[in-house]
Amino acid sequence: MVDSIGIDIVLILLLMAISVGTVITIRLLRAAVGLALVSALLTIVMYRMGAPVAAVFELSVCAGLILVIFISTISLTQRLTPDRIIHVERETLRRFWFLPIIIVVIAVFLSQVNLPVGDAAAPIAQAPPSPMGVREVLWNLRHMDLIGQVIILLAGAFGVLILFKRGK
Amino acid sequence: MATLLIIIPLMCVIVINLPFLRFLRGAAFWLFALFCIFQGAYAVLPLEPSYAITRMLESLFVLHLSLDRLTLLLLFIIALVALTAAVVTREAADDDEDRFRLYNLFFIVVTGLNGVVMINDLFSMYVFLEVAALTSFILIASGGGAEHLEGAFKYLILSALATAALLSSIALIFLIAGDLSFAPVRAAFADNGTFLARFASGLFMCALFVKGGLVLFHWWLPDAYEAAPAPVSIILGGIITKVVGVYTLIRLFTGVFPMGPAFRSVILFMGGLSILAGALLALRQHDFKRMLAYSSISQVGYIILGLGAGTPLGIAGAMFHFFNHAVFKSTLFVNAAALESVLGTREMERMGGLSVKMPWTGGTSLVAFLSAAGFPPLAGFWSKLVIVLALWQAHSYGYAAVAVFGSVITMGYFLVMQRNVFFGKLREGLEFVKEAPFALVAPAVVLSLITIGAGILYGPMMERVFLPIGKFLLNVE
Repeated sequence: MVDSIGIDIVLILLLMAISVGTVITIRLLRAAVGLALVSALLTIVMYRMGAPVAAVFELSVCAGLILVIFISTISLTQRLTPDRIIHVERETLRRFWFLPIIIVVIAVFLSQVNLPVGDAAAPIAQAPPSPMGVREVLWNLRHMDLIGQVIILLAGAFGVLILFKRGK
Repeated sequence: MATLLIIIPLMCVIVINLPFLRFLRGAAFWLFALFCIFQGAYAVLPLEPSYAITRMLESLFVLHLSLDRLTLLLLFIIALVALTAAVVTREAADDDEDRFRLYNLFFIVVTGLNGVVMINDLFSMYVFLEVAALTSFILIASGGGAEHLEGAFKYLILSALATAALLSSIALIFLIAGDLSFAPVRAAFADNGTFLARFASGLFMCALFVKGGLVLFHWWLPDAYEAAPAPVSIILGGIITKVVGVYTLIRLFTGVFPMGPAFRSVILFMGGLSILAGALLALRQHDFKRMLAYSSISQVGYIILGLGAGTPLGIAGAMFHFFNHAVFKSTLFVNAAALESVLGTREMERMGGLSVKMPWTGGTSLVAFLSAAGFPPLAGFWSKLVIVLALWQAHSYGYAAVAVFGSVITMGYFLVMQRNVFFGKLREGLEFVKEAPFALVAPAVVLSLITIGAGILYGPMMERVFLPIGKFLLNVE
């Protein structure tokens, strides 16, 4: 049990560290790789927390399709010069040095605070595990969300084409 | 048939972009216009004819949508404003490629908005809110200039904060209710006075305040409206922010979350503050579209005050003003597009006496401004009157006074606008000016006629459309 919690904590810390790195990096390629890693780690965390449907959705949508849009963005944009990269990276680190500290402080605070859920969580806690598989959940129960996700990806693809093609 | 309002625009986007159907690109406007007319007609006459093609599409996509009086009204307003933006795009877009891109995005944003108004599940609503938000971001940035990107970036950042609040709230609601459909959530929240329930619904409310651009959460809105290309301003100001921030607030805080005295006070305060701050800030603006943006904040305040009254009359007034605002604000944004197209600027101080040269633009802006300021017998007067009466009946005398005072300031900033732009002697150097092209005049004329018509027919409209919505939402016979 202790080992299991230890693994979860390591995974979540890793997740937070990579998330911060992904946000503050100025290199799109690194940000894309960071996004993929965040998605993969989040998938593992969700799976370990007993939410396999959410894990599959995260992996398929984020790690797969959004990454494709991200990489197509990179192919349509231009690299900065090496000198400029060094300058902007230093500037970014100078401006965002406090970000990891804030996240660690919030994480420690939240881990110490018990939300006053009371009996409200009972319906979830007592609910029997769903007999339906991922396919049934996505196609029968969350059909509308799936279509919404498809539309978001379509809009994302249009955004990349419109904004970055013109920028190039 | 309701399913088709999601599926048809989605199919259209895919079909007109297929490489072997490139000849359809030129017909994108007509496809979009036909779809808007279909949606508007369906909203007025929601018949369910059974054709083989519609049965096939509906069997392929089993979407759990709900249609009620409020949804049908919203579908009509979305169709009307989207069609206006599409007609303006024909003249205001730079070239055919730009026009085609905008029609694609309009199809997607209308799909998102239709989804938001027809859905009865909180998570699905969140997904479709994101469709509308992402498309709005692309639409604002599509101008490509620094000001467009700045406006879009501000919108993106504040929208992301709202998204984080929405998702956190949805997670808490799922924890409490065990489901996210409206009915189970309503049942779970009906007599749930726990801190967690109040926190979850309060967080949801704050996120919707950001999406609706209410004062204290409005920092993104003036830049976004000002920076957006002309047709985008129409659809953004006329309908997007109203659906994603205001409709959702009305739907959820009348039919899903209980609106206790504390929440009612917050809603009334936000409404009153938005009316006054929006109107006072509008007085100081020199850019036509920026002034309209602050005016939007102020007018949304009226809708929120109607909701805060918490009575069927208040909700009826709020929805009547929602409709009026969509119509008169779209008219004014069409006028802004006409002025920008003819003069190449939106700075009001570089204009003057233009009603001589642009009588149709000047005349329609006068109708829209008088309606916005609540001048009888135009539609805006009746909706504001109903809101004030509802506030008075609910013993919110202070807020009723704020609503009246806000109308006086609205009259002030629109008079300044009319004096600077249309009235008086023609400014030197503007002798060359001619009336704007047909595509920038016709929508303004049609919308003005709707404003005048709704003012004349306010009685039957209140009786048959808006009061039944108020009674339905509050479950009052």
